[in-house]
Amino acid sequence: MQFGIFTVGDVTTDPTTGRAPSEHERIKATIEIALKAEEVGLDVFATGEHHNPPFVPSSPTTTLGYVAARTEKLILSTSTTLITTNDPVKIAEDYATLQHLADGRVDLMMGRGNTGPVYPWFGKDIRQGIPMAIENYALLHRLWREDVVDWEGKFRTPLQSFTATPRPLDGVPPFVWHGSIRSPEIAEQAAYYGDGFFHNNIFWPMEHTEKMVRLYRRRFAHYGHGTEEQAIVGLGGQVFMRKNSQDAVREFRPYFDNAPVYGHGPSLEDFTEQTPLTVGSPQEVIERTLTFRESVGDYQRQLFLMDHAGLPLKTVLEQLDILGEEVVPVLREEFARLRPAGVPESPVHPAVTAAREAAAAIKATSAASVTEEV
Amino acid sequence: MSATAPLKIVAVSAGLSSPSSTRLLADRLAGAARERLEAGQDRRVDVRVVELRDLAVDIANNLVTGFPPRALKEAVEAVTEADGLIAVTPVFTASYSGLFKSFFDLIDHTALTGKPVVLAATGGTARHSLVLEHALRPLFAYLRAVTLPTSVYAASEDWGSSGDEYTEGLPSRIQRAGGELASAVLGRTVSGASGAPGPDDGEDVVVPFEQQLAGLRLD
Repeated sequence: MQFGIFTVGDVTTDPTTGRAPSEHERIKATIEIALKAEEVGLDVFATGEHHNPPFVPSSPTTTLGYVAARTEKLILSTSTTLITTNDPVKIAEDYATLQHLADGRVDLMMGRGNTGPVYPWFGKDIRQGIPMAIENYALLHRLWREDVVDWEGKFRTPLQSFTATPRPLDGVPPFVWHGSIRSPEIAEQAAYYGDGFFHNNIFWPMEHTEKMVRLYRRRFAHYGHGTEEQAIVGLGGQVFMRKNSQDAVREFRPYFDNAPVYGHGPSLEDFTEQTPLTVGSPQEVIERTLTFRESVGDYQRQLFLMDHAGLPLKTVLEQLDILGEEVVPVLREEFARLRPAGVPESPVHPAVTAAREAAAAIKATSAASVTEEV
Repeated sequence: MSATAPLKIVAVSAGLSSPSSTRLLADRLAGAARERLEAGQDRRVDVRVVELRDLAVDIANNLVTGFPPRALKEAVEAVTEADGLIAVTPVFTASYSGLFKSFFDLIDHTALTGKPVVLAATGGTARHSLVLEHALRPLFAYLRAVTLPTSVYAASEDWGSSGDEYTEGLPSRIQRAGGELASAVLGRTVSGASGAPGPDDGEDVVVPFEQQLAGLRLD
């Protein structure tokens, strides 16, 4: 199972100081957060994609390329890549390039984007969101699998004898997750291709997440990709931790109360009860996160939202230390112990597997040579 | 629906005081409907009143977060599953109250399709009585509910007066609306009507992918 973080990339005023970071500070902070994720042993860093203020990540492969150059193991992903307003040809090119640069440590999560005014800036219409997601991904899927593509559709100019370059690393396309909170069509799409399904459950009651994942699993099996248990599922999570539960609540409350999404609405206590948000001790986060599998079955990827609502970089980095050092090691062990045989591992590119095996072999060899010297 | 299941009448009251004339009107309408239903057939009649005042904070929170807290979810389900609905609002600033509108804003726009609804309102003056026709009726027409011909407006003076040469008094208007609701409910239990399924009706509602692709005429 993979553990990681995902960022929206919002520039939000810290409600306790009244100060908002500059775009420059926010972009640099995003890099520091990604590097920290690798340092503390997390598996995945995913960035959002937005084309309107107050968000900065309009160019995800630039950011991820920079992170790739400065990391060794971290898998770089998106949360999400806009399969609606982006040209699928450009997605194919950008992420295949990134895949080469990162030696396979790349996957993507497709999403539609829910901000109406953004679509016309790219010549699109939000009312066509689902049809665009379906057509554009159908094209992207072919561009990464067929060397020469003839294609015609509704939403972009036709292609004749087109080859997307570079070809995917070792001929293996990046793994794709489809993210959707409310649209059964997208769960169906993920199931049809045998791709992963990511439910960003952080703002929703778990019973809703449960229904969407159940639909995806059932249709995954229907399309013959394996049993329902073999479907590839990812979930979001949102936590704030301090050694003492009360300290976590006290420190996080002003951020919660003023957060862009749910601020000035329900109380922290109500929202914690109704959604996966957990504010408390590392042990409470461990216990809560372990309950997710009871709702959706054993799953492959758990991403946490850590840098939002105006939390200062220093605090975010502290949170990542706690997450990486105290929470994730226990979760890894517990999830592994509870997972029945037959539930698949998290998908990674063969190049990543090869690199891991090579690293393990070197470690074993050097351990052996140390032993010989003794 | 089995033949022995109770008939469900739900009255939504957006009154803010307690006791409120809006709640009183809701109760009276529900009582009139119950009486006519019980006289017309053997099934039990369950009446439930949803007081929006008790759900005011939940309604605001749902507007902010996008999902209903438990008590509100349950109230919305009661409304959408009712065999007959009574909707009563006080008149605020020449229309239904904001709380009343916010509650119906949170109901899926197909969930009331075909549902018989009695419209009713209260106000300090009879001069606002057409609010039923220019505000409430279009709202429920949009929701594709079946609004009954008699809507009931109760001004302050209606509670203490009888009809005049042009209008029946409040009690007889209540009786007439309750009777119309009862007839519509009994007619509907035979013909049936239902809303379109939404994502939370979940798992069995899915357009097969081939059909989605075919809709785009792709390979």
